[in-house]
Amino acid sequence: MNIIVCIKQVPETTEVKINPETNTLIREGIKSIINPFDMYAIEEAVRIKEKYGAKTTVITMGPPQAEEALREAIAMGIDEAILITDRSLAGSDTWATSYTLSKAILKLGSFDIILCGKQASDGDTAQVGPGISAHLDIPQVTYVKKIKEITEKSCFVERMTEEGYEVILVSLPCLFTVVKEINEPRLPSLRGLLKAKQTNILKWSAKDLNLDETKIGLKGSPTQVIKIFTPPSRCGGVIFKGETEEVVEKLFSVLKKEIP
Amino acid sequence: MAIRIILEKCTGCSLCIKTCPFGAIKIQDKKAIIDLSKCNLCGACVDSCKFGAILIEKTTLTKVNLNEYCGIWVFAEQKKSLIQPVVWELLAKARELAEKINTEVSAVLLGFKIKEKAKELIYRGADKVYVVDDESLVNFLDEPYTNILINLIQKYKPEIFLCGATSIGRALISRVAVKLYTGLTADCTGLDIDLEKRILLQTRPAFGGNIMATIITPFHRPQMATVRHKVFASSKEDRTRKGQIIEESIDGILLKGRTKILEIIEEIGSTVNLSEADIIVSGGRGVGSKENFKILEDLAKVLNAGVGASRAAVDNGWMPYSHQVGQTGKTVSPKIYIACGISGQIQHLVGMQSSKIIVAINKDPDAPIFKIATYGVVGDLFEIVPALTKKFKGVL
Repeated sequence: MNIIVCIKQVPETTEVKINPETNTLIREGIKSIINPFDMYAIEEAVRIKEKYGAKTTVITMGPPQAEEALREAIAMGIDEAILITDRSLAGSDTWATSYTLSKAILKLGSFDIILCGKQASDGDTAQVGPGISAHLDIPQVTYVKKIKEITEKSCFVERMTEEGYEVILVSLPCLFTVVKEINEPRLPSLRGLLKAKQTNILKWSAKDLNLDETKIGLKGSPTQVIKIFTPPSRCGGVIFKGETEEVVEKLFSVLKKEIP
Repeated sequence: MAIRIILEKCTGCSLCIKTCPFGAIKIQDKKAIIDLSKCNLCGACVDSCKFGAILIEKTTLTKVNLNEYCGIWVFAEQKKSLIQPVVWELLAKARELAEKINTEVSAVLLGFKIKEKAKELIYRGADKVYVVDDESLVNFLDEPYTNILINLIQKYKPEIFLCGATSIGRALISRVAVKLYTGLTADCTGLDIDLEKRILLQTRPAFGGNIMATIITPFHRPQMATVRHKVFASSKEDRTRKGQIIEESIDGILLKGRTKILEIIEEIGSTVNLSEADIIVSGGRGVGSKENFKILEDLAKVLNAGVGASRAAVDNGWMPYSHQVGQTGKTVSPKIYIACGISGQIQHLVGMQSSKIIVAINKDPDAPIFKIATYGVVGDLFEIVPALTKKFKGVL
């Protein structure tokens, strides 16, 4: 069985602040991390490998420094890593990104399961996972909270919905996007860390993937960002103080008006 | 290279440095230099430059004949044959946009024995409703739903297509947009029209709401967007409205898919779906135990509210993950969000800071949640919440 995990390196958003004077994101000293949801995808791939036996490959598209994220995935137990990096890919939107990743997956050869995190914490679109399965024309299940059983040709999974969950039978090969509930990512082992240091990371450029130049990077992206701005910041409002009865009365009177 | 400085025009004024959200520009020898490893090609600097010295090479070739596309479509998501409330919000917004560009609003409804529901969509603002009724469409499945939407979009060519940013919508429309080779903007909180160019301006939060971005799809159609719940007001029902209901017959091959639902389990029971809730009562570490959540549930019941939880409460096993609000949980924007015993870590705030009113109840006066709360109460939630429940019980 071949399992592919697609991950993204993101800024640790908890530390992203905006400099009010220059209106810019303060990026100095901000660590890059693996997108939190992708950690669950990596862990799930390793668990499938442990349970059923599989070859696991992690792929990312990004600047050269995204290599760190790949090494971290190897430390957790992933076998191989591929970095797609090329200046011509800069400015890719979700269409162009999922196109590029799908081409890399095809280049890898056969695959049974592709795992992605539900969404990335910087863009929050949740579009690249389904986009990859659309490009590859394979079935998808999003918001997967449990992989129950994998058989030779199919897989039983649980998909989280707003009201609860669905048990779904899907034929392989397929793509899953996973939510936090699926597992608890492990810490890398000492052996894993050592392996991460030594593993050779494969680097692919746009040319290696034989990409259609009109479909990559900014030029190949149907969407364009035309403006970026800071939302009006929320500031603290009224603080009610006093005895319980008094503050409850005050809170009640302001909320009463707002209740639909 | 897709972005460059025209050195002859650059005066080294440094205006662009101030606008760049990524800190990618610096001045060297009185000329701006762009660090391509940091640049995201967002174009903010291009607009800021008074001398036209920054150039982004964008495709201007268009293969799609934009004039062939007209009308605004709304995906009428249904579950158990009930049209989801977010659809009323989409219809209201679609009507507003349609007035601006003088076009009509259509809804597309897929399901089984669903025809009767089509007129509800007309009462709420649709001029036309396209209905596909088939047993295999009773529940959402990615592939048949995708195939049908692609088929209808190619046939009728709407210029704008809107869908709720629900778990179904986000999976479905991402797939449709890729197959149609068009742009999709996720989770929009603002939609408007650039009248001059007749283009949809889609505004959405990124970086957990720390920045907002306005996005367009200039050369591909339809312009597709998913819209966050509860951001736009619902359209009112007008039972005198007239419209056209069109039943589409679909080639059976489009109904085939490789996934099958074996079982549907409902967990939330009588409690309110968080993303559709007008009010959410949410608890964090300060609630202390699973049993104590009962206090919040009582208040929620009286207010007809949903119950939320911080990551700490979920990780401790006090509430199921489906109730988690925040970066690794759900993003919600109710009218009222009541945070009880939640300190307000940034990971939680990104999931709820677009709520209209935020109430914080916490015994720590320095808790960061108070910095964004509309109303704050420093005190013991075990006294305040039950007292509040009692108070509302008397009037609601």
